[in-house]
Amino acid sequence: MTLALYHPVPSPVHRAPAGLKLLVLAALGVLLFVVPRLYLVGGALAGVLAVGLGLGGLPVRVLWAQVRPVLIWLAALFVVHLLVTDAATGALAVSRLLTLVLAAAVVTATSRVTELVDVVERICSPLRWVGVRPARIGLVIAMTLRFIPLIAERAARIREAQAARGGARRLTVLVVPLLVQVLQMAHTTAEALDARGADDEPLPRRRRRDR
Amino acid sequence: MTGWRRRGTPAAVAAAVPRTAIEVRRVGHAYGERPVLHDVTLTLAEHRIGVIGGNGSGKSTFARLLNGLVLPTEGQVLVDGLDTRTDLRAVRRRVGFVFQDPDAQIVHPTVAEDVAFGLQNQGVPAEERAVRVAEVLDRYGLAGHADHPAHLLSGGQKQLLAIAGVLVMRPLRVVFDEPTTLLDLANKRRIARVVAELEQDVVVVTHDLDLLAGFDRVVVFAAGRVVADGPPAESVAAYLASMA
Ligand SMILES: Nc1ncnc2c1ncn2[C@@H]1O[C@H](COP(=O)(O)OP(=O)(O)O)[C@@H](O)[C@H]1O
Ligand SMILES: [Mg+2]
Repeated sequence: MTLALYHPVPSPVHRAPAGLKLLVLAALGVLLFVVPRLYLVGGALAGVLAVGLGLGGLPVRVLWAQVRPVLIWLAALFVVHLLVTDAATGALAVSRLLTLVLAAAVVTATSRVTELVDVVERICSPLRWVGVRPARIGLVIAMTLRFIPLIAERAARIREAQAARGGARRLTVLVVPLLVQVLQMAHTTAEALDARGADDEPLPRRRRRDR
Repeated sequence: MTGWRRRGTPAAVAAAVPRTAIEVRRVGHAYGERPVLHDVTLTLAEHRIGVIGGNGSGKSTFARLLNGLVLPTEGQVLVDGLDTRTDLRAVRRRVGFVFQDPDAQIVHPTVAEDVAFGLQNQGVPAEERAVRVAEVLDRYGLAGHADHPAHLLSGGQKQLLAIAGVLVMRPLRVVFDEPTTLLDLANKRRIARVVAELEQDVVVVTHDLDLLAGFDRVVVFAAGRVVADGPPAESVAAYLASMA
């Protein structure tokens, strides 16, 4: 399981500012919903593939890895449309969603998490005035991406250990030891954040020229 | 005005204080009602100091006192004269801390981002950050993994990453709490080599007596008290005798 989607290759798409990429992604989303025409969606799909695979130099498997998990939903969506509306509307809805999933995959594969997080922090920076620390929001996102695969891995390890002892495959049997491990780890992580100066930052209006 | 008095040494002054010693003065610590350290007094001035003792003897608590992760409930800890109570930030900048489980202390999804974390907290500008991160990754053989997800590293590499994330902040001292306990033999040796080569003063809590080769001093804890303190050979002998 991997949530670190960044695929480093030198390309103009990688070098483009993450904020710009997110903006284009958002604009594309709005456009495709406001102007639901198949030719437009088809054009956008071709454009996204050209930018990702051509200009961005991403291998097909990187994009495929993002599309594969949603295929079943796309199929289900199409079936629902067949039953409720018609095939043309279904095709439009499915290709629109596929285009956006691919576009999002291109953005995440060509931008570092820190860059994306910086954008989120900038967007959240007005919240400073109500006492929210934008850097904290960014840290939470980064830590979520870091710890989800780790926790999944620990869960798998506990399951293996239990299977080795012929344990039952009941959820509670997994959850309790996992919770204990995660809480223990969270305690250390909190200490590590302290030790690495996560609290050092509260200077108001710190000049952050992050990347 | 009371807030002013509690602030301790001003940052600029604290940063300029020279490295002398960590003084632990008549320190006791209790978690809630439960005392775990009793009347510990030590002056830590040697370059490499080991800390050994049985499980639950208070080693980790002692180690955490040295950078203010744990504050003494009795007595004082002074790092180069800076009190961990009143000069906490300055103390933490001087004393880096490496934990047993690297997974718990890696907080960013990819290698280079995690190393940059501490520098970001210190407000180091992006350009300088990139240079320092690259330097440290190179030194610990992680340069080829800069953009890799941290969770795909081996156990040994994760511990190296954790160490890199601390050293990039250029502390004057580093405290290690059982840095090799979760590692296989080859990686234990690799970390031992890294520790041996550090120019920083180090305090290493460990069960791995090999790690203490070439150390200047070893302190032995039992039931929250210092029971031996001296050259490694003598301290280790006393420790092994007490275990027999
Ligand atoms: N956060 C804590 N809360 C309560 N008790 C603790 C905590 N950390 C450690 N202890 C207890 O303090 C004693 C000393 O622990 P520790 O300093 O971790 O020893 P060591 O590292 O030598 O095993 C142990 O009995 C332990 O159970
Ligand atoms: Mg311990």
